[in-house]
Amino acid sequence: MKKLRTFILVFIVLGWGNALQSADAPDLQSLSEWRHFRGTDADGIVRSGKPPALLNKGKHIAWKATLPGRGLSSPIVVGGRVFLSCASGVNQDRLRVRCHSIEDGTLLWERQFWATGRTMCHKKTNVAAPTPASDGKQIYALFSSNDVFCLDLDGRLQWLRGLTADYPNASNSLGMASSPIVVGNTLVIQSENDSESFAVGLDVENGKNRWRLDRPKAANWTSPVLLQDAADTNRKLVALQSSKGVSAIDPATGKTVWNYSDKAATIPSSVVAEGILLVPSLGITALRPRSDSNEPEELWRSSRLRPATPSPVVLGGRIFTINQAGVLTCGDLRNGQRLWQLRLKGPFSSTPVGWGKYLYLVNENGLLQVVNTEPKEEGVVVSQMDLAETILCTPAVYGGALYLRSDRHLWKIAEP
Amino acid sequence: MKLNCFLACLFLWSAVVGLCEVGKSIESPDVERQIAILQAVGQEGGGNERAKSALRKLEQADGRSLLKVLEAMEEAGNLGLNWLRAAADTIIDRELAARRPLPLIELGEFLLDARHHPRARRYAYELVARLAPEAAARLLPGMLYDPSMELRRDAIQRLLEKASGENSTQEATVLRTLIYRQALGAARDVDQIQSIADELRRLGQEVDLPRHFGFLMRWKVIGPFENTSRLGFDRVFPPENEINWNADYLGRKAAKAKWLDFVTDDEYGMVDINQVFGPLKEAVAYAYAEFESPEAMPIELRLGCKNAWKIWLNGDFLFGRDEYHRGMRIDQYRIKGRLKPGKNGILLKICQNEQMEDWTVQWQFQLRVCDENGTAILSQNRPSSPISAGAKNTRSAIQ
Repeated sequence: MKKLRTFILVFIVLGWGNALQSADAPDLQSLSEWRHFRGTDADGIVRSGKPPALLNKGKHIAWKATLPGRGLSSPIVVGGRVFLSCASGVNQDRLRVRCHSIEDGTLLWERQFWATGRTMCHKKTNVAAPTPASDGKQIYALFSSNDVFCLDLDGRLQWLRGLTADYPNASNSLGMASSPIVVGNTLVIQSENDSESFAVGLDVENGKNRWRLDRPKAANWTSPVLLQDAADTNRKLVALQSSKGVSAIDPATGKTVWNYSDKAATIPSSVVAEGILLVPSLGITALRPRSDSNEPEELWRSSRLRPATPSPVVLGGRIFTINQAGVLTCGDLRNGQRLWQLRLKGPFSSTPVGWGKYLYLVNENGLLQVVNTEPKEEGVVVSQMDLAETILCTPAVYGGALYLRSDRHLWKIAEP
Repeated sequence: MKLNCFLACLFLWSAVVGLCEVGKSIESPDVERQIAILQAVGQEGGGNERAKSALRKLEQADGRSLLKVLEAMEEAGNLGLNWLRAAADTIIDRELAARRPLPLIELGEFLLDARHHPRARRYAYELVARLAPEAAARLLPGMLYDPSMELRRDAIQRLLEKASGENSTQEATVLRTLIYRQALGAARDVDQIQSIADELRRLGQEVDLPRHFGFLMRWKVIGPFENTSRLGFDRVFPPENEINWNADYLGRKAAKAKWLDFVTDDEYGMVDINQVFGPLKEAVAYAYAEFESPEAMPIELRLGCKNAWKIWLNGDFLFGRDEYHRGMRIDQYRIKGRLKPGKNGILLKICQNEQMEDWTVQWQFQLRVCDENGTAILSQNRPSSPISAGAKNTRSAIQ
């Protein structure tokens, strides 16, 4: 009887404990999970775990899983599992969302759908370009065809949208790539192109529009970022970047809170650090939002920090960008002053991720390079690992492991 | 002690309820009701909530319901198709996990019945291929002219592998030529058509690609009109109001715009407007083609164009898009229309913008008329295709 009592008590404690934990999950788990393009906070910074710095191919490839389709979206890690999207078929019209075991890379489930929008892309990119998003409970997979699928963590379809069915001219013949972001009960999507440009906030419960905003008619591949509202510490805003500049909106209503209108890049995305929005605009422009609705305060601007395709990342009070030639530039976050440059083996499409003093950068040829950014005079490449396949995705990092994908494989790189 | 009993009962009750849920299977009429909800999903997320609830019920349906789900794809729109696919996936996952057999014979019969939705049949094929690969492999050669383009593509690929395995004796060359001819007749995917045409030409054969695709080669072209600041896309110029071969209009920079004949000899039907007016910027041109049809029929107008464009069929506006220089390919846009018996008029508006980079010089389009599977529909009065430079070279090499 004592054993039964113990068993039941363990059952209750574990079961109810899990239930209680799930109620608090978004705050506790989101600190370590990797739920968006560039992580849960969309800033590329690793906040827990210790990924290996001295890479050794023989030692650190924990597993390698084969993929059935192309993709340059990043993996995300939620609920102890790895999720990613890919597309297959001669016209890339077979859209796939996959869930792999974090332990050994085994495929836990896959869901396939048919594209309902246009799948034409430039040959360098493909239909699975946007990184899926998650709120810890559901996965939101967006594709270049403007198809959105919401699945629970076990792969059960919750809702779907075919945004091209609703907005027939919302497409880009080069392909779309903006990754969605989920804030509270809203999934924010930027579908910006030359012809029918909009941003939309979808209700995470049913996929219906909570709001829709007309956006500048111009191709745009940047992704929305999270930003603290300077006027309300309880509210997060979403910064939407475009060729015109940046609009900070309330994700619950779509209402514009403030605007910055001095142009911005359409490929690298902004990043937020220490309450400052660093916008790829005429180089890099550092903006501090005000507590009123006026344009944010411009702290500094540096044309010498101009990024190419990869988005900037901030690590240890310094901003890092990569230019077209594969040169990593380090700038002072306080004033934008250039501190040093380091030529890496490029070219790069992937955005670096940062942990401690290290930056992890993977070039288009699949060479993963780790840079120690601590030395004042110049960063140092401390190790590299050649994965020998084209890699355009930004790494995901969870539990001290890096997750990278090519068109053919998904890797876990970690200490054994 | 009371607490212990209560907890034990709670535990057992949870376990029993859980087992009942797992074993519960919905009845046939209910399956049909839930399927109808999935079929009815509409735009703007309409019907998503009901569909989610219906899907949860369908997930409990047994393996025999799989065929009903696949049959229902016939009546579903694109969004409904994806809901139904999700239902089929979850039913299969559960049945396979429980090691229960799926109705493979019925699935095979479903696959062989070309009246079903092409995507549903492809789904059935992949399932058969997964569980009975030898059966699927034997069925594939019979799908050379299948309405499912994916099945057809695989069947063609199998045929091409057969052709490439033939040796170089005279008899084998004849056989290879005939196999490639057969493959070309079936092929609808551009990459397969191109590689088959290359093989046939290597064997000294003529291939009329414009005819195979159904590209329109003969046009009347008028322009240039103004497109300063890209405003010409929305501006209505006279050809949008009347088609009059004898008229001339005030065009760009006060020059006269008149209709001119233009024939392309490009194998892929490319109409280069720069050849007519020179390499202009910020200009609009119109192109008009007549198409004679024996009867009323639905068609697809398939356009490739890297300039902004609008298209009309018999004066009815079909679609337009103001995107410039983001890429071009055959069948880039598929626009549905309906031919009337007799003469039909296809009008295109092609806008060039102000960009000056090397890759923005092109002011061109290619248009073909076909059915929804990409099979060419030819005008009744279509003359023979103009000989392209590429085809001429091949022909002289043969001689």
